[in-house]
Amino acid sequence: MSLLAIKGVRIAGFSAGVPKQIVSKIDSINSSDYDASEFIEKTGIKEVRVSDDFTASDLCLAAAEKLLQDLGWEKDSVEGIFFVSQHPDYILPATSCILQERMGLSKECYAMDISLGCSGWVYGLNAAASVLAGHGMKRALLLGGDARKRAKCDFDPLFGFAGTVTALEYTGLDEDEMRFHLGTDGSGYDALIIPDGGSRNPATVDSFKMEEVDGKMMHRMQARIKGMDVFSFSISIVPKSIKKLMAEEGKSAADYDYFVLHQANTMINEMIRKKIKAMPEQVPYSLHEFGNTSMASIPLTIVTQLKGKVESKPTSYIACGFGVGLSWGTVSFRTNRLVISDLVEL
Amino acid sequence: MELKDFIENIAAQFNDTDASEIKEDTVFKELDEWSSLIALSVIAMVDEEYDVTLQGDDMRAANTIEELYQIVKGKL
Repeated sequence: MSLLAIKGVRIAGFSAGVPKQIVSKIDSINSSDYDASEFIEKTGIKEVRVSDDFTASDLCLAAAEKLLQDLGWEKDSVEGIFFVSQHPDYILPATSCILQERMGLSKECYAMDISLGCSGWVYGLNAAASVLAGHGMKRALLLGGDARKRAKCDFDPLFGFAGTVTALEYTGLDEDEMRFHLGTDGSGYDALIIPDGGSRNPATVDSFKMEEVDGKMMHRMQARIKGMDVFSFSISIVPKSIKKLMAEEGKSAADYDYFVLHQANTMINEMIRKKIKAMPEQVPYSLHEFGNTSMASIPLTIVTQLKGKVESKPTSYIACGFGVGLSWGTVSFRTNRLVISDLVEL
Repeated sequence: MELKDFIENIAAQFNDTDASEIKEDTVFKELDEWSSLIALSVIAMVDEEYDVTLQGDDMRAANTIEELYQIVKGKL
């Protein structure tokens, strides 16, 4: 576990793009394991946005165009893009390279992909802010999105599609400080996994043969989840990480305006909230409308739940992403004079 | 930690299953109402009531409620 601090970089804005198409859980849950009302009660997910028409980068691209417009940033002023996703456009090349051209950015552009899931926004923020703080770059965009077209699985009810953008700016001011606690436990690498299609198990015809996994029929190019293991990990590691960061800052939950948690499910998130002793009004939720959107869930929650509440006043946050890897990241940051774009619906 | 209380706490995770059906030798995974969601509720309840985090392997290893009780007790 590592505690890190970065000074001199601020978050200037947030935006998010989602498909227009809404899929209601009452209409779509078809499981022999549980019924729709039980699913909604326990997970908190009432509907998600999904579509066959967009990749994660398409959703990020639309959100980026909107945010650049709202910030009044010229495209040439963006010197770096960091694309966090586990559903890139291609296995190669990196999607960030394609986005440089599609976004119309200068060729003098630092572009990289980061392959992380639910913890990815915090890791991406750390990576982008580190580059800004240490390398003389002035402005960068952190793009984070998930659209699971490649591992499509009709009965996988938790996940929704979203693409988000976080605009970062070098200020050089000590007061613009972010603190991070980041951790990894690779022993749980198979708690959330797509077994085939990478180099360890290259895709073959057999990769598409259906097999029974925990009572569900699926093939080896689809994501499989050991729900109980992810649940145990989340309710034990996440509160510890958040408490560790609060202790590092010499603060308690009441000292922060918001705790923006990865939108896993209501049971997990409410247990975390109680363990860190945060009040319900400090912990916004977007999962009822958008489901679990992996690395997009923290910025998507800020865009859809905090717009109109935080832009014009100094606001303090702790955000925590946790999941596939297993990987987790907690960050403490502040915003002021923040731009939050209207949700972009495609 | 008492087995009687543990059984009551487990029974509380079910909506449609009568508490009288839930005993120490009940093979809980064979109850009609058992689901992957109730499994998560059980992990959550054990975490809240006993401050023990059950892992997936613990849940898979236990057949009866008493076996689960012994696993929790072993982690106290």
